[in-house]
Amino acid sequence: MFRHALTHKIFKTLMTLSLVFSVSLVQATSFEELSQELTIVKLSKAKAVVEQLEQTGHPLLLPLFEHMLAGDLYYRVSDGLLVSHSTVKGKLQIRALSTGELLDVTEADLEKIKVNNSLRIFLRSAIARIQLTSEDATERKAAVEALYKKMDSDTVATIASLRETETNASVRGAMDIVLAMDNAKNGSDVDARIASVTFLADSLEPAIRNLMIELADQVEEPRLAIEARVALNGIEGKIRFFNKVDTIFFGLSLGSVLLLASIGLAITFGVMGVINMAHGEMIMLGAYTTYVVQLLMPNYIDASIWVAIPAAFLVSGLMGVIIERGVIQFLHGRPLETLLATFGISLILQQLVRSVFSPLNRQVDTPSWMSGSIELNPVLFVTLNRFYIFIFALVVFALLVLILNKTSLGLHVRAVSQNRNMAKAMGIKTARVDAMTFGLGSGIAGIAGVALSQLTNVGPNLGQGYIIDSFMVVVFGGVGNLFGTLVAAFTLGIANKVLEPITGAVLASILVLIFIILFIQKRPKGLFPQKGRAAE
Amino acid sequence: MSAISSRFNTQLFKRSGEPGAVVAPFVGLLLVVTLFAGVGNLLIPETSMFYVSTYTITLLGKYLCYAMLALAVDIVWGYCGILSLGHAAFFALGGYGMGIYLMRQIGDRGVYGNPILPDFMVFLNWEKLPWYWLGFDNFGFAMLMAVCVPGLLAFVFGWLAFRSRVTGVYLSIMTQALTYALMLAFFRNEMGFGGNNGLTDFKDILGFNLQSDLTRVTLFSITALMLSLTLILSQAIMKSRFGKVIIAVRDTESRSRFLGYRTERYKVWLFVYSAVIAAIAGALYVPQIGIINPGEFTPINSIEVVIWVAIGGRGTLIGAVLGALLVNYAKTRLTAIFPDAWLFALGALFVIVTLFLPKGLFGFFGSVKNKMMGQPKPNLTEETA
Repeated sequence: MFRHALTHKIFKTLMTLSLVFSVSLVQATSFEELSQELTIVKLSKAKAVVEQLEQTGHPLLLPLFEHMLAGDLYYRVSDGLLVSHSTVKGKLQIRALSTGELLDVTEADLEKIKVNNSLRIFLRSAIARIQLTSEDATERKAAVEALYKKMDSDTVATIASLRETETNASVRGAMDIVLAMDNAKNGSDVDARIASVTFLADSLEPAIRNLMIELADQVEEPRLAIEARVALNGIEGKIRFFNKVDTIFFGLSLGSVLLLASIGLAITFGVMGVINMAHGEMIMLGAYTTYVVQLLMPNYIDASIWVAIPAAFLVSGLMGVIIERGVIQFLHGRPLETLLATFGISLILQQLVRSVFSPLNRQVDTPSWMSGSIELNPVLFVTLNRFYIFIFALVVFALLVLILNKTSLGLHVRAVSQNRNMAKAMGIKTARVDAMTFGLGSGIAGIAGVALSQLTNVGPNLGQGYIIDSFMVVVFGGVGNLFGTLVAAFTLGIANKVLEPITGAVLASILVLIFIILFIQKRPKGLFPQKGRAAE
Repeated sequence: MSAISSRFNTQLFKRSGEPGAVVAPFVGLLLVVTLFAGVGNLLIPETSMFYVSTYTITLLGKYLCYAMLALAVDIVWGYCGILSLGHAAFFALGGYGMGIYLMRQIGDRGVYGNPILPDFMVFLNWEKLPWYWLGFDNFGFAMLMAVCVPGLLAFVFGWLAFRSRVTGVYLSIMTQALTYALMLAFFRNEMGFGGNNGLTDFKDILGFNLQSDLTRVTLFSITALMLSLTLILSQAIMKSRFGKVIIAVRDTESRSRFLGYRTERYKVWLFVYSAVIAAIAGALYVPQIGIINPGEFTPINSIEVVIWVAIGGRGTLIGAVLGALLVNYAKTRLTAIFPDAWLFALGALFVIVTLFLPKGLFGFFGSVKNKMMGQPKPNLTEETA
């Protein structure tokens, strides 16, 4: 046929490819010829063609069948080229099925490949079979798990036969679940069904839960209903437990953000007694440093974080030293004035960033190793970036404790904070120590900015949202007490997330604020007040 | 009013040795300016050079509301050392009191034409008014609430804070957290105060059209009168025995306490008084500006007020008022010319004032004058500064 000749030319390269894949099969006709057949064959004969197609095992089978099932497989009338027809963002896109390239044709040039119900049923099980026999074990598992929600007897039979030859243990486990679900639902022997229900009671899949509800509500088999009820209670108890674990994880994540944001403040406010209202802007500068670092090395996003952390520390720390030398040292012993002056600095920094980078939010990319999540079970997911930030916060905290307790700088800082005049008399250069302490606190705020840039939008107001929360954490934990800050950050983080589902996010943060206001009335020095002479 | 002022006048002029004692001349000047502005708007034709536009009247009214707010902050900060970073909360609460009354006056002239419910409640599919909106169609009750609710909040907050001796920066951060929490709360639609959009589209007040020039001039004059009244009253309070104790608390609280004064009570009542002034300012602000939304609660607003006071000179009643007028005038002009430069200028103001002008402009001119005259003479010409 004329048409055959033409398409033969188009698919010449693909044909050799398909031969590689379909070694074992004796083919009457190739994938290309059979798929061309689809464009001319009568609907009643189409099933035979599709069955033959499946035998080819061609890699394009899956998209072909899926498009056919969805009813968006068309062919070009002029040459019989198979195309897919899809709507992306409200715009019609027509792509060649074989190459996936976008074609510049209108709907008038196309003719639809019709499907009927029996063909649809066949296609559905064929798609499942293709996916279930995939080379990749994870793909196979995903295909099996997709079946939890929509099972039919054909695919279950397919799985039962594939189960015998399956080598991968986790795929086999998933297949067992499908078979047990089918047996629990449609089996004939009550005891076997009950056995299946008890087998399924360990799983947390939502589909299994739905099945249990269905079985618990049926009345034909009272024993089965009781067993299903027991299994359901077990499953729901586990889900509640894991939801609680999930809440605590999110609380810890929020706590680690609070810890990072407030730990620098714990130094400047807690140790030096300086109210730094520009602390939030130090965080913002750190986040913008991350953005700039990524601009400078666009091809190494994965590594950019490791450059950004020291860079942000330096930028914010330097800014801190400048602020301390330029303004704060002249306001020593006048905390309210310091508060106002640093507030002015925060306004200037915000406007500076707005003028340089525009008031719009900037996009900071997440490195590939930080994106995604780990699925611990069907109910519990751990997002990787939050997990890493949690670890990171603890590392930064440990480093800071180490610096304050084990280095000479830390010794000087503690000496100056306890008795400035005595330290001075002992020969400690208090002015230098002040500048270094302030630089350290600000630098850590900058590091917090790097972490925050992975979680939220980077904009000029980034820091403002954290300043009040940070102060709350420091005040709640007890001024001058780093461990108090740690405990307070995680307490407030978890409290916020526990309240959130009950009251809503905004009301939760309001309640936490009110709680702290009341708490401060009762214990004005925080959770862990400093005792002895250092307290004065 | 003149009776009250004449009663205090002799005392005011006699004790004018300290800055801030120039209340009476300032009040006189303020009332004269108000009179001229009112006449200039209503009676003089638009073509005349003495004509004062309605825009200017509204702007002046806004400045005077801000001046009252600054006065409120000055009373607690300048005289008692309580640095409140949350006074905008009282201002906004007063404003919401007035806003609710004005919303109820719209009646069925809203977009949805519902005679009872404001538009945003119709939009949220609410069936009836929430209980806390009841009674606000009565002007007297609404004004009472606009003053009492912030006053009560100040009382509860102050009672809790001062009783447990929370002072200094802790208190400042607490007040900031208070206004922050209120801001978050008022942003919620479920609160029933219009959420993000707040309350707006007001039509009239006590039957007078809010858009008319006469109403605007009247509101402006009332603001000027209220500012004068609060100035005179505050001056009297600060001169009274109560005021002396307040200043003693500011200077050394522990010593006052040892002398037997229940300092926390003095502080609480001063805080409530200050909050009420802020609330009145807010209630006068809303009909002139025509909108109240949760943005008024933002912590930065409260801190801006503090800088007005710091620039004018804290602990001097007139200084706070002048600082507010000066900074806001500068803000209006600067944002019109360089919109970006305003925050730079404001930020620089904070730094410069705290570093170089700890007593504000008022104190600065006072000390310059004293140096030049070589004697500790009072400075009565400060209102020209």
